[in-house]
Amino acid sequence: MIVGAWRPARVADVAAATPTARVLTLDVPGWPGSDAGQHVDVRLTAEDGYQAVRSYSLGSYGSAERIELGVDEIPDGEVSPYLVRDVRVGDELEVKGPLGGYFVWRPGGGAPVQLIAGGSGVVPLVAMARAAADAGAAASARLLYSVRGPDAAMYRDEIEQLAGHGGVGLTWAYTRRAPEGWDGSVGRLDDERLRGAVWDATLRPDVFVCGPTGFVEHVADALVRLGHAPERIRTERFGGG
Amino acid sequence: MAVFSRGFGARRRDTDPNLPPGQYLTEDFPVLSAGPTPRIDTAEWSFDVIEDGRGLARWSWDDLLALPIEDIATDIHCVTRWSKLGTSWRGVSIDTLLEDVDSEATHVMAHSYGGYTTNIPLEDLTDGKAWIAFEFEGEPLDPEHGGPARLLVPHLYFWKSAKWVKGLELMDGDAPGFWEQNGYNMHGDPWTEERYW
Ligand SMILES: Cc1cc2nc3c(=O)[nH]c(=O)nc-3n(C[C@H](O)[C@H](O)[C@H](O)COP(=O)(O)OP(=O)(O)OC[C@H]3O[C@@H](n4cnc5c(N)ncnc54)[C@H](O)[C@@H]3O)c2cc1C
Repeated sequence: MIVGAWRPARVADVAAATPTARVLTLDVPGWPGSDAGQHVDVRLTAEDGYQAVRSYSLGSYGSAERIELGVDEIPDGEVSPYLVRDVRVGDELEVKGPLGGYFVWRPGGGAPVQLIAGGSGVVPLVAMARAAADAGAAASARLLYSVRGPDAAMYRDEIEQLAGHGGVGLTWAYTRRAPEGWDGSVGRLDDERLRGAVWDATLRPDVFVCGPTGFVEHVADALVRLGHAPERIRTERFGGG
Repeated sequence: MAVFSRGFGARRRDTDPNLPPGQYLTEDFPVLSAGPTPRIDTAEWSFDVIEDGRGLARWSWDDLLALPIEDIATDIHCVTRWSKLGTSWRGVSIDTLLEDVDSEATHVMAHSYGGYTTNIPLEDLTDGKAWIAFEFEGEPLDPEHGGPARLLVPHLYFWKSAKWVKGLELMDGDAPGFWEQNGYNMHGDPWTEERYW
């Protein structure tokens, strides 16, 4: 893995993803490329030299010098409101990466892949779903995406598309508000719902769980109860509750 | 050459001289681990010191609690950029555990229940710099935070403070542990930002 120094990045596109989240496309000259699931550190520098750094997962993967971040606003946060509300096309920031060599999916492993996201935790899992589809392995991948309500889903259209005919198996879970006509239950994922939505433990899937710390703890514990081997469950915790 | 981010800086936090570079203060206690949280019964817990595959010493949970217990007041710094100042812990000093161990080792691999490992130079663990900790803020240490016992090496990034620790392997050279094989620094000093490779 090549990490190297801070690289200047220019905002090439900003797209609303939900009422509180945005997908940022950045041009990064010299970007060394990344595997699906990796993240970058983003550094912001104010006019007076003050700096702040936070980690953001890559929704993109591969070797293009154009990368994609999906940022959800933490209301009392310092950096995420800037990235979601203030940043414009043409603005500059710096990135370092790609970072992380463990929460990563690469094609060719053979095992079925189970992706489980809470909220903005879907970002690195979208990279994995894209990589699986590009590698012709979509049918062996499933995604369970837990959101507060239908308008809180990032990448909704693309996810539905990846899940089209013969694509990634997709299950939505709504914790507070379900869309019109939803006949499933609403609320925190329990063991039974999880069992129904993920590859069975006997198939020995590689499981990737990402989201707020509380969500990841809850889901990873439940997966172990359902018989998944702890060493096959990879987690990434974004912080918060 | 610096790159300035237009209009950034309005929501900045107060800085604190006790914060290493690139860290921010949190009141929470976030969690960084690679997988699910192992749950270990203290009745089955043990702690081993090994070298070249040989056991040099072993303590049960009751053995550990019978050793001199120290109160530790310290700041902690996670590589994911949060720091927590003025935390309090109780535990047994690594100096106490290694007192009767005769070895030429220069480095240590900490091993955990669940398979986690992390490498640390021996000199970063001795002379009152590291503990096996089992209490946090007056309460038994939660499993999410590494209970029943974790290594506590507060002057290094917190991934070196192995959760669910079960032993130390003495080594006559350095070798990468779990996060160290996956992109993180071999040493991990927060003050010089030894974060990644
Ligand atoms: C490896 C990694 C990858 C990440 N990838 C993404 C990503 O793809 N998209 C994304 O939106 N975020 C991601 N995050 C979280 C991100 O790094 C920031 O923590 C988040 O944007 C908040 O930063 P802030 O400056 O706005 O808030 P801060 O000013 O840092 O914090 C404000 C308050 O919010 C709490 N808080 C911090 N983070 C969170 C959180 N994630 N959820 C709830 N409360 C929180 C803090 O404890 C604090 O009380 C990732 C984190 C890590 C470690």
